Amino acid sequence: MLQALIVIPLLSALAIAFAPKANARVIATMSSVICLAVGVLMAWQFRWGDSGEMQFGWSMDVLPELGISMSLGVDSIALWLIELTLLLAPICVIGSFSAIKDNQKTYYAWLTALQAALIGVFAARDLAFFYVSFEFTLIPMWVLIHLFGSTNRKKAATKFFLFTFTGSVIALAGLVYVAWFNAGMMGGWSFDIAELQQAARRMNGTQQGWVLLAMMAGFAVKVPLFPVHTWLPLAHTEAPTAGSVVLAGVLLKLGTYAIFRFVLAFVPDAVVAYAVPIAVLAIIGIIYTGLICWVQRDVKKLVAYSSVSHLGFCVLGLFAINSVGVSGSVMYMINHGLSTGALFLCIGMMYERYHTRSMDEVGGLANKMPVWAFFMVFFTLASVGLPGLNGFVSEFLCLLGTFQSGAGSMGVGGTVGSLGPWFAAVAGTGMVIAAIYLLYMVGKIVFGELREPADYHVHETLPIDLNGREIGVLVPLAIGCVVLGVLPTPVLRTIEQPVNQLVQTLEDAHDHMLVRGGEDGVVVVAVWDESEGDVE
Amino acid sequence: MMSLATQGMVLFADAHPMVEKITHLHAEIVLFIATVVVMVLGLSHNAGMRRLCGGVSVVALIVAGVLGAMTPDMAHMPMPGMSGFLKVVIAAVGVLLVLLIEGTVDRAYENTVRKTGVFDGLRSTRGEFYAFMLFSLTGLMLTTGADDLIWLFLALELTSLPTYVMVSISTSRARGQEAGVKYFFLGAMGAAMFLYGFALLYGASGTTVLFAPAGEVSIASVFASNGLGAMGMLGLVMAIIGVSFKIAAVPMHFYTADVYEGAASSVSAFLAFVPKLAGFAALILLLSTVGWTHGELHDSLPDAVRIVLWVMAAMTMTVGNVLAILQKSVKRMLAYSSIAHSGYMLVGLIAGPGNGGLLAGNGLAAVLFYMLCYGFMNLGAFGVLASLERAGMGGESEEAETFADIRGLCATNPLLGWTMVLCALSLLGFPPLLGFFGKLFLFTSAISAGEILLVVVMGINSAIAAFYYLRLVIASFIDEPTAESRAFGVTAFGSRVAASAISAASVVVLVLAASWLMGKTGDAVAPSPTQQVDLTAVDGIHATIAPGGAEE
Repeated sequence: MLQALIVIPLLSALAIAFAPKANARVIATMSSVICLAVGVLMAWQFRWGDSGEMQFGWSMDVLPELGISMSLGVDSIALWLIELTLLLAPICVIGSFSAIKDNQKTYYAWLTALQAALIGVFAARDLAFFYVSFEFTLIPMWVLIHLFGSTNRKKAATKFFLFTFTGSVIALAGLVYVAWFNAGMMGGWSFDIAELQQAARRMNGTQQGWVLLAMMAGFAVKVPLFPVHTWLPLAHTEAPTAGSVVLAGVLLKLGTYAIFRFVLAFVPDAVVAYAVPIAVLAIIGIIYTGLICWVQRDVKKLVAYSSVSHLGFCVLGLFAINSVGVSGSVMYMINHGLSTGALFLCIGMMYERYHTRSMDEVGGLANKMPVWAFFMVFFTLASVGLPGLNGFVSEFLCLLGTFQSGAGSMGVGGTVGSLGPWFAAVAGTGMVIAAIYLLYMVGKIVFGELREPADYHVHETLPIDLNGREIGVLVPLAIGCVVLGVLPTPVLRTIEQPVNQLVQTLEDAHDHMLVRGGEDGVVVVAVWDESEGDVE
Repeated sequence: MMSLATQGMVLFADAHPMVEKITHLHAEIVLFIATVVVMVLGLSHNAGMRRLCGGVSVVALIVAGVLGAMTPDMAHMPMPGMSGFLKVVIAAVGVLLVLLIEGTVDRAYENTVRKTGVFDGLRSTRGEFYAFMLFSLTGLMLTTGADDLIWLFLALELTSLPTYVMVSISTSRARGQEAGVKYFFLGAMGAAMFLYGFALLYGASGTTVLFAPAGEVSIASVFASNGLGAMGMLGLVMAIIGVSFKIAAVPMHFYTADVYEGAASSVSAFLAFVPKLAGFAALILLLSTVGWTHGELHDSLPDAVRIVLWVMAAMTMTVGNVLAILQKSVKRMLAYSSIAHSGYMLVGLIAGPGNGGLLAGNGLAAVLFYMLCYGFMNLGAFGVLASLERAGMGGESEEAETFADIRGLCATNPLLGWTMVLCALSLLGFPPLLGFFGKLFLFTSAISAGEILLVVVMGINSAIAAFYYLRLVIASFIDEPTAESRAFGVTAFGSRVAASAISAASVVVLVLAASWLMGKTGDAVAPSPTQQVDLTAVDGIHATIAPGGAEE
């Protein structure tokens, strides 16, 4: 079934390219809806009891000489992210109906192809196939920004491409190094993720450190982590609405998902050693970009920067190295996709009507568009982390995980990892800042006296407030936010198994390191010093 | 046919060595005959006969390719199957090159002939042009099987000399002449350098034979038993630097951009593949005389050679990529990118055949595979330029050359536009196109050889390359056509478009056959059984003479 999720969008993209223009959006909608149906079927057939196992396995040899195959399979975490992608796909397509008028074939073809690549990333069980999909997401996104973005789109698209491509080439070097290490042990090349995972853990501290640095170079750009986040605000702001939704909703998760799947699982020793510097970067990102948000006048840019800030929590949770933090982080990936994706949609709807995103030009829209205002406020609160909505659950878990993470307090609720209360406390201020800037934004554009641009006129096709299609696009996301906010436990339980497996290996690595001490310990400390130099 | 060839081998097994050698040269002989035929055909008074030149060349190349595939292994060579494999690659890419080169020379003159009805053989260059091209390809095939220094030198020169003329006569503009002269003089300097190197190798070993059957004297056997010595080392390094002219590697890269820009695009495509492959084949053969059996683990080249190549590779990649960013002309950009790609392939050469027996660690196979990938994707990119032309001054047509000329190509001519996009992305090494697998193969081999720093340099360079390959994609796919770019129409020579399109299709389709092709490259560079015995002997000798070697 996973292969169907890749093949259907690809074939649809081809069909769109060759079919008459009028059919483009119909084919795109059908493709995304069919995929969503397949996704629902998969969720139904998935054996949730064995959620840590790879299911729906499928494999085909591509390049046996280099050990490359196209093998697919999902555990519950990958499945959740695939479901998120599948849910957002029709929303993006349907949400673009009124915004995209020219060049529809190109637009819908690339949007649909992008979906195939995203599924490929989450479903890959082969490192090379993962990398191919990971890289391939670049081209559709690049085209979408470059052709359909707003004024500054060319610069944004090129910056996005170059940042991500540079990062991922360095990551490739790290990944190939792991494959080579495995080949040396096993006597044959393989890119099978499970096999490489076993091999990678047997590398010594120095090797693991270098591999971690190489992989983080690639994945941190995608997340994005401070200080390589500078492409994101530009790309998000300039992208068309659906592009921003996919970017914020799924594309950023490729980074955190890859960190979860490869960095954490492959090089546990190095993760333990590097947790602090990376957490420091994440916290700098949380607070620094939060403060940037505060002074933004452009609503879309504000939400874009808020993504950097929020994803900081996600990374922090991962490097807390305990089940609470990691599962909170996984939840965060899903929740952020829902709420921020929806925020971008709302802003897009406003932009279509007012052709501006500046808080100075529009305001008090609740007076004129009550339905839109409701959704805007709702998703803002979800994003702020209001208890009862989804954002709260994951943010709280990430912070709790960070709080409990600390080698010093292994006894009392503590776990491995070297973060601790101080990290949680400093990161926690990020939540306060988030509340300030998001509520400030809502206060400006939703409430107060109605302000409109001077040249405002009613859109030729769209009504003053949201129409049925637009409401239909937002409602599923709103439902998702409420359900995950009120009843997070079922979801948390489904991801428990893979998360615990991972955390167990990290704890083992930690014990292992303590036991080994001596020479290896020295190596680890040496690696540490270097990284602290990096931070400064 | 196959059995005939084997029979022939059996028959001549004890025959005179010269006769035996000829059994390996069927492909070259066919090409040589075709050269003569083409030369005569080009002088025919009948326009239809003259037009046959291209067809005869294609047929000859196909026959040569088939014969090349049946070439018996040359057991005394370090890699007995390499020559046969490369002949097939040369023939395949050669056919596309012939298709691309159609109509490069004599266009104005043929029009005049059509009007006046008078043909003057002295003014026509068509026959020579095709003949020179086939000569060059013959030389290339001969290079791949060279087992003697003299042979290698003559084959390399046979590859290069015709290209000097081809550059000059490919356009009627002064720039073409200038490019030809520049190419000739610098080429002569390169040849002088590697000839000097060859002389020193002869001085160091006392023989010109590179490889010989076990028990006979050859440079390889002398180096294996006596060590390289200072003179041998100097000779080898000079030969490498001289040959680096052919592959356009630093420090012999200076001519590249000017020559590629001055020549017609179709000839530039020829220059980017044929001399480069000749250079890499020569380097593989030369390095095989010392072998990748030095170093602590018996898995690398002698230190001096390795350092020279290492610096060359790093410089070549970086210089090529950085200078490519600065270019306004697509042809110059592709020229610098051609330099950069040589740098990538040098990495595979440094990695060597690997001693683990795993294909993924075999740098030589990676070089051959990359050369194949590069042949197609580069030909496609140049092919698009060669397929676009506009009416220029004096009734001459001008080919597309700058980024502005190909703006909006996907909109005005989807076939050529997408060819450019695919080839540019493949040159960039973007997955899942052919170039990516080529680069991945180089990555795996270099990491296997422990050249991690070089892999990092290569990774960074791939990222730098994104800057300018992306400009190609932007120009042809994203940008709107302008009046200037709309002035360019598709050339009247459909075969050029076909060659470009086939190349672009190969970049996608050959991915499916990548596994098979990699296997073939692995077979091509597999050491001969006798050679393996030799290598163990070499190991033993090294172990025993190590202290003496240190004194040198």
